[in-house]
Amino acid sequence: MAHETHEQVDAVTGVTTTGHTWDDIQELNNPLPRWWLWTFYLTIVWAVLYAIAYPAIPLVSSYTKGFLGWHSREAVVADLNALKQQRSGMTAKLAASSLDEIKQSPELFAFARAQGKAAFGDNCAPCHGAGGAGAKGYPNLNDDDWLWGGSLAQVEQTIRFGARSTSDQGHSGTMPAFGRDGMLKREELSHVADYVLSLSGLPIGKSADLKAGAKVYADNCAACHGDKGQGMQELGAPNLTDKIWLFGSDKATIMEGLHNGRGGVMPAWHGRLDDTTIKALTLYVHSLGGDQRP
Amino acid sequence: MAQAAAPSKGMTFGEAGSALAFAGLALLSIIIAAKAYTPEYAFHAYLFAAASVASVFAIVNRYHERPAQLPPLTIGGKPNYNMGPVKFATVASVIWGIAGFAIGLLIATQLAFPALNLDTAWLSFGRMRPLHTSAVIFAFGGNVLIASSFYVVQRTCRARLAGDIAPWFVVLGYNFFIVIAGTGYLLGITQGKEYAEPEWYADLWLTVVWVAYFLVFLGTVMRRKEPHIYVANWFYLAFILTIAVLHLGNNATIPVSPFSPKSYIVWSGVQDALVQWWYGHNAVGFFLTAGFLAIMYYFIPKRAERPVYSYRLSIIHFWALIFMYIWAGPHHLHYTALPDWAQTLGMVFSVMLWMPSWGGMINGLMTLSGAWDKLRTDPVLRLMVVSVAFYGMSTFEGPLMSVKAVNSLSHYTDWTIGHVHSGALGWVAYVSFGAIYCLVPWLWNKKELYSMKAVSWHFWISTLGIVLYISSMWVAGILQGLMWRAYTSLGFLEYSFIETVEAMHPFYVIRALGGALFVAGSLIMAWNVWKTISAGQEAEEEVQVTRPALIAAE
Repeated sequence: MAHETHEQVDAVTGVTTTGHTWDDIQELNNPLPRWWLWTFYLTIVWAVLYAIAYPAIPLVSSYTKGFLGWHSREAVVADLNALKQQRSGMTAKLAASSLDEIKQSPELFAFARAQGKAAFGDNCAPCHGAGGAGAKGYPNLNDDDWLWGGSLAQVEQTIRFGARSTSDQGHSGTMPAFGRDGMLKREELSHVADYVLSLSGLPIGKSADLKAGAKVYADNCAACHGDKGQGMQELGAPNLTDKIWLFGSDKATIMEGLHNGRGGVMPAWHGRLDDTTIKALTLYVHSLGGDQRP
Repeated sequence: MAQAAAPSKGMTFGEAGSALAFAGLALLSIIIAAKAYTPEYAFHAYLFAAASVASVFAIVNRYHERPAQLPPLTIGGKPNYNMGPVKFATVASVIWGIAGFAIGLLIATQLAFPALNLDTAWLSFGRMRPLHTSAVIFAFGGNVLIASSFYVVQRTCRARLAGDIAPWFVVLGYNFFIVIAGTGYLLGITQGKEYAEPEWYADLWLTVVWVAYFLVFLGTVMRRKEPHIYVANWFYLAFILTIAVLHLGNNATIPVSPFSPKSYIVWSGVQDALVQWWYGHNAVGFFLTAGFLAIMYYFIPKRAERPVYSYRLSIIHFWALIFMYIWAGPHHLHYTALPDWAQTLGMVFSVMLWMPSWGGMINGLMTLSGAWDKLRTDPVLRLMVVSVAFYGMSTFEGPLMSVKAVNSLSHYTDWTIGHVHSGALGWVAYVSFGAIYCLVPWLWNKKELYSMKAVSWHFWISTLGIVLYISSMWVAGILQGLMWRAYTSLGFLEYSFIETVEAMHPFYVIRALGGALFVAGSLIMAWNVWKTISAGQEAEEEVQVTRPALIAAE
């Protein structure tokens, strides 16, 4: 159909059309809505004012700084300084006090635990869990069972230098790979696994030869885990008589540990975290399940 | 294109030229496949070779089957429209849409239950996420844009599509790009630029396809029988042209070797970040906004049978939108190494963009004045009107989030994901669904869709899905932002990061549920489209839309 160039009036709204038609589509001659136009102007005015107030226009080797003199890096520094200022009194006291002194002072202890909790969430939670509940291979910090000792000084030592870490001063004991390295035969591993299960009263198979297991244990394991399986914190050898298991208490998992050995790594945080933060972390972790209850 | 006037049959320049070009490409691909550094790249080279050989056969075969004369531009004074490529792209968009939505559902569920990556690299979030974004934006959205633009430009110019081979090359070539991009992600080939993950060779291919797209579109506009160019075509043209510029700028890479899929971008550091977000934001502005506004400008007045509300508004908001959008990218880089001045400009341009965006919303919604009652009876129109409402909402939310004070809370949180999806699901997908529901009966010459009731079901199920999606992401995002910045009275962070992750779980489950509803809606659409094509009632003659009531001006 031929295109119409004459304006028409839309019967519904009474507004004229532009007179163009495309595939039966026409356009009305409505003006720009006033509220729309004025809001548009307003945003433009606001944009100009903002660009005068803040850094905005690039120049050859610099840019307009804006009359407020605001700069994002300075703003961050100011925020961080304000935070440091807020904490400063307490941080200085924390630095000057020993772990025991902090623990005796309710105010300092509360502050240290707050700082420790935040540092724990940022640094320790990925392995030990947000609440310190641990995971397979990562110790639970809420119980009173400690691989390397649960006193304040021992916890601090472990945090600072780690276990099997890159630090010379870290803990270094490891569980040997008795099976893989050919120290014990598969049968012997099975006997000793049954014996270890029996130490903490876990159910064992009817065919288990505990006598043979006890012999293998006495010859190979007692040196680190103790003659009664009580463990030895100097070497990080776990207590085998309780029902707390780092990797699992089923026979297959124990066999896996006996065969391949175990040696989880705790990093050394010395040098990565400052002394006050390590102190705070020590007190926080200790407060979760520190020391050994009788 | 040479159009033989003589009765003797001969290959056109286009046929011979493209057959030769594809033969050359086949040879080149085989050489590259033989010397490829990695098996994944060799696989892609073989795909190129196979597609090129198939193209040569198709072109030669088509030549033998066709009459001596190319199809005429008009038959009996009426334009002889070329709707084959439109049909292909319409069906492709439905298929890709379902694939893209389903992968989105998969990764949403993975975020709630990470074990669902099933411990395999193939299903890892890192590969699935670009597969989802590319499938929905470029495969689904892209095919809707190509289909609708080829339809609209012909109808509103009363002219047959320019070119003979070219329109098919655009449609098939584009979909081949999608296949290369998607299989590339699955195989771990990516250049790691968000929304521009395909590597250099896929980018080169897309460039060729896109130039052809631009020429076909422009050629059709130039042969128009109407004195003026309809507003939808301005938006399509802006979309095609700007995407070409963005694509070239953001993919300026140097390949390690022609035999390696790996390339390195010429930009570095913060300049690279700025170019990336100049591209990324304008992919939103020109692909997901300008292109789909074009759809709105044709399909809403057509479906509502009402004139466009304001010609003047369409001009002003078009130019304002085009001019403002291109500067807004830096708002993606607030509080980063990007210089303060660039952040300021990104923010103020985003705020100024609010009204130009709303101009489109006003023109879309007000076009219904005098036809609001149709919303009760026509679920297709309802889809499109709700899409415009979502467009209005997300183009208000966008400028709001670009304000630095708001951004310091919202940035890096799921609020951003919610914002994107209110635009993507509510606006882009809904206006596309509306266009597909209009196009299918028109293209296949059916009286109406097979089932209007099914459209209604699709509408309500998906709308519930969108509401669940965006409201859960608002809550999740704001909660996340507040948790990240919460300090205790002693001046320490209140929450560890992992606690904020744990807090997201219920919202991620709700989001996945919303996604499942959206997928369900799209399956209903696919069924309806299938039934319409295969079993719909034939229209008696070409679908004619009745002219709105108009009287001559005095």
